[in-house]
Amino acid sequence: MRPMKVSLFVTCLIDIFQTDVGMDTLELLENLGCEVDFPEKQTCCGQPAYNSGYVDKAKESMKHMINVFEHSDYVVTPSGSCGTMFREYPHVFKGDPVWEPRAQMLADKTFELTQFIVDVLGVEDVGAKLNGKATYHTSCHMTRLLGVKEAPMKLLNNVEGLEMKPLPHNYNCCGFGGAFSVKMTEISEQMVDEKVQGVEDSGADILIGADCGCLMNIGGRIDRKGKPIKVMHIASVLNSR
Amino acid sequence: MAMKIGDKPFKERVSDGIGNSFMRGAVSSAQGRLRSGRLNAAEELGNWEEWRKLGEEIRAHTIENLDYYLELLSENVTKRGGHVFFAETAEEANEYITNVVKKKNGKKVVKSKSMVTEEINLNEALEKAGCEVIESDLGEWILQVDDHDPPSHIVAPALHKNKEQIRDVFRDKLGYDKTEKPEELALFAREKLREEFLQADIGVTGCNFAIAESGTVSLVTNEGNARMVTTIPKTQITVMGMERIVPTWEEMEVLVSMLTRAAVGQKLTSYITALTGPKQEGEVDGPEDFHLVIVDNGRSKILGTAFQSILHCIRCAACINVCPVYRHVGGHSYGSIYPGPVGAVLTPLLGGYEDYKELPYASTLCAACTEACPVKIPLHEHLLRHRQEIVEKEGKAPIFENLSMKAFSMGTASPSMYNIGSKLAPKALGAFAKDDKISDGPGPLKNWTEIREFPAPKKDRFRDLYKKRKKERGK
Repeated sequence: MRPMKVSLFVTCLIDIFQTDVGMDTLELLENLGCEVDFPEKQTCCGQPAYNSGYVDKAKESMKHMINVFEHSDYVVTPSGSCGTMFREYPHVFKGDPVWEPRAQMLADKTFELTQFIVDVLGVEDVGAKLNGKATYHTSCHMTRLLGVKEAPMKLLNNVEGLEMKPLPHNYNCCGFGGAFSVKMTEISEQMVDEKVQGVEDSGADILIGADCGCLMNIGGRIDRKGKPIKVMHIASVLNSR
Repeated sequence: MAMKIGDKPFKERVSDGIGNSFMRGAVSSAQGRLRSGRLNAAEELGNWEEWRKLGEEIRAHTIENLDYYLELLSENVTKRGGHVFFAETAEEANEYITNVVKKKNGKKVVKSKSMVTEEINLNEALEKAGCEVIESDLGEWILQVDDHDPPSHIVAPALHKNKEQIRDVFRDKLGYDKTEKPEELALFAREKLREEFLQADIGVTGCNFAIAESGTVSLVTNEGNARMVTTIPKTQITVMGMERIVPTWEEMEVLVSMLTRAAVGQKLTSYITALTGPKQEGEVDGPEDFHLVIVDNGRSKILGTAFQSILHCIRCAACINVCPVYRHVGGHSYGSIYPGPVGAVLTPLLGGYEDYKELPYASTLCAACTEACPVKIPLHEHLLRHRQEIVEKEGKAPIFENLSMKAFSMGTASPSMYNIGSKLAPKALGAFAKDDKISDGPGPLKNWTEIREFPAPKKDRFRDLYKKRKKERGK
């Protein structure tokens, strides 16, 4: 069988801050038999500008990304939120005769990592092993807008040695929200504190998530408070052997 | 009370909210209760998503043809002997209502719950005209007794108070001497309110749905107070926002059953009252004189804009009950009688950006509101649209933000600029980093690191590692 050709969209946060998550994603996909490339001209999905209301400026980044991934078969990203942004492109370019169809093509072939593994590759057990008690943060864009709810749990439940604990109030946002985290810091603090409290109450010693933004927020707060909780991206968990 | 509540700036309101632990305890427990109630009720109904689609279609069709249905409603109310007044502004509505009350020589006005009368500040206008105004919804009455404390929720206006606080209000203002048991509190309120009902000359109600085909107004309550307001006083004045209308009883049935489920998780509320004009010949109760005041007050300006679907709102508050921001700041932080996600969308439209420009940013765009809305209003998209208006049309964005977004666009639309920028990041931030993290960041990172650590940028970016790996493998 011809290997599945996958273009990796690592996101700017992973490119600059969380390079190990990028490497884990790459290795994980290769181990699953994919032929993975990394289009080097990729930058950012445009969400920081888009969510702040700078739609015209965001469109410049979006057009660039549409060009970058033009020839890819599949685009896979270890971020529910950035994947959601790609899927939103046709909506952003609605009515544009040139860019709407091109945006639609990109949206149709874009998948969040766990969604790709479960729904496209049809794999629910990636053969990962990790000892510990963990809880999973359901990130808002990935769950509500991209609609990926079950794939991460299916994969995590099959990780050998990992005991999954439910996270209280898992439906509440962690308080990241991009610029919200620095614009509305006081509110964001209350939200992330309740999230950290939930993680503690769950009895887990590992917090897993599929979005680097949320993990930077919750992890940064856990770190500041000196809580003994390890924060891991789901790609790193699934690439643990 | 007008739409705007208080004069404190946004930041101060938020700090007050966050510092109010009584309120936050009450709000988070209410959110838990209302959220699970709504989910259970939706599940019990089955195919909730299809109901939502139907609800959305009904609202979209009605608002799209609002002029037609309002005319039909008006004709049918008039046919039954009622009076209809279209008020373009709050002042016009208040003037009309005050005149009706004066003509009747009304002294005591008893009201059932109505957000639109809060919005137009009717109580104050009536009090100025020498009337005594009594709120009869239990929550509204508690707030009125507590020196006109503003509502913090559109369905449960006194949500920010717990039972101990309510006991104290009754004790301090009305000499109540029993405990904080809800049954005892309710009995006390009931006795007090019963006297008021019996003495009132004028009844004022809001309107959940007006039914155009028959000229009926319907009211949804759990306390039965709206029924008292509409049967005892000789004159009834119903005030409705111009969008509170359905074409026929069929749509009313669908929307009421969605409203009660979405609002409080009930199949039906205890009382659903429907009134068609004044008392007709042979009828034993109902008002002798009936007035319907249809209020625009900025709504028609929303028609035909990208925000039109906010007029689909049926005021169930499901969005408020799931909002993680409302959860921590409470209703008063929004500075408007319309709080939460729906308020953050609607308030700037009715009241302008000048007073409310922060509201669209008081959201993480988590979309819990959009997911909960029974008529599928894309609330988080409207918040985003507001931000776009503020930035692009109003030019009200902060200069620093504007500059950084310009830089963002340059840095992400061009791979070479991105390359330079991302390569520079570790050098630029290196001085602030210690042990791979930044605890006291510069510029925009300052607010971030006030409460959390920020990761230091890696010396080698992912793209550098990828290149190295590829080279090694190529060997």
